Amino acid sequence: MKAKAITLNVNGRRHQVTLFPNVTLLEALRDLSYTDVKNGCEKGDCGACAVELNGKVINSCLVLAWQADGAQILTNAGLGTMESPHPLQEAFADAGAVQCGYCSSGMIMAAKALLDENPNPSETEIREAISGNLCRCTGYTQIVNAVQMAAEKMMQQRAQE
Amino acid sequence: MLPEFELLMPRTLPEALEMMNESSRVIPLAGGTSLLVDLRGRISRPQMLINIGGLDELRGVRVEEGYVVVGSAVTIADLKHNVLIAKHGQVLQQATRVFANPLVRNRATIGGNLAYGSPAADAAPPLLVLDAEVELTCKDAKRTVPLKEFITGVRETVRHPRELVTAIRWPILPEGSVGVFHKLGLRKADAISVLSIAVMLHRKNTEDYAQVRIALGAVAPTPIRVTPAEELLSGGPLTPEVIARAAQLASESTHAISDIRGSAAYRKRVITALVKRLLTNLAEGTKEKKHNESEGYHS
Repeated sequence: MKAKAITLNVNGRRHQVTLFPNVTLLEALRDLSYTDVKNGCEKGDCGACAVELNGKVINSCLVLAWQADGAQILTNAGLGTMESPHPLQEAFADAGAVQCGYCSSGMIMAAKALLDENPNPSETEIREAISGNLCRCTGYTQIVNAVQMAAEKMMQQRAQE
Repeated sequence: MLPEFELLMPRTLPEALEMMNESSRVIPLAGGTSLLVDLRGRISRPQMLINIGGLDELRGVRVEEGYVVVGSAVTIADLKHNVLIAKHGQVLQQATRVFANPLVRNRATIGGNLAYGSPAADAAPPLLVLDAEVELTCKDAKRTVPLKEFITGVRETVRHPRELVTAIRWPILPEGSVGVFHKLGLRKADAISVLSIAVMLHRKNTEDYAQVRIALGAVAPTPIRVTPAEELLSGGPLTPEVIARAAQLASESTHAISDIRGSAAYRKRVITALVKRLLTNLAEGTKEKKHNESEGYHS
């Protein structure tokens, strides 16, 4: 097995890393200290490792780092800051959608993918959009509420612009 | 941690085919949603993988000489939103809506779903009733195999080790065709099918004439067409009596398997019920809207 130098563009920062082919994008991101990306089931069932890869939300446990060479990667931490959170991050906190917090990063990325396509989703559409993300605290009601709150806020913000 | 392997990273299809030609032990990797899970579980231990998911030549959906042609690396999410698929492959589009989960759909490819050879591949029953063919390409040749001959057993296909699945194609449906897909899973998302079924009904101007195709997934070692029931229904008319007989025949003629998700006896009962329900709905729907292709029954 031979290592190779690749480039990962994460949350607007460029990283040059030398990795073996069997390293997943999830492992590479966590090694680069993007620990908001969580390692859950490692088989694409739980969505805890969800990130955006070139604009599409995917499970980073099922992508090899080499496959993401040169790609644009966005994690939950790249959406906002403590001072200026993304409306989804704010809504998750306000709605009590964060219990243990393990699923939150992936949930927020899946919800963002939904709102990017559909700014005013129904409850059914929200539940469908997060159907690849498991919350083992089973706090789904608050999570759905949070996504609705964020959608409303984002629509208001757009209306004001 | 994944086990060790070498990873080939071709930039073009010819380069990929050249690499495939050099060794018969290279395993194609596209979306990775099944293969990487198997690697992690040590279910398969390939020494060398080739990354083909990013190849431009394997992307895109087009209509060409009376066929719909889908590149093998087109993702399930792409198919879900594609206007050509909405028009010419509505039964397949229904399956994309219940395929795994939204995150997996953004990576999983149509070619990978078939080439993996799972009996429960959800794209297979819709493509079987579309009479789809699989395009296989190696360095010096190209061939097309009917899908019903492509998957030969559990995780076995007729793909030669030096070949790549490069496209899936099916003839454009005649006017007056409607299809329906139904997945029976233990939950809505992330479920491996207990049973999946696709039915295609084609009617000519007269209500008495009908051609029916039925395919089942996750009931046998491979996804299958239910030929005896199709023959019984062929020519029409689709009376409640003949539909009931065909549903019974579909169940009797299928050698259903028992596994962790359901017993053979259960699957046989479900086949009867679903063939009857879906055919009845399609037949009634087409009486009212005979020529409206987009009017399938949505389950």
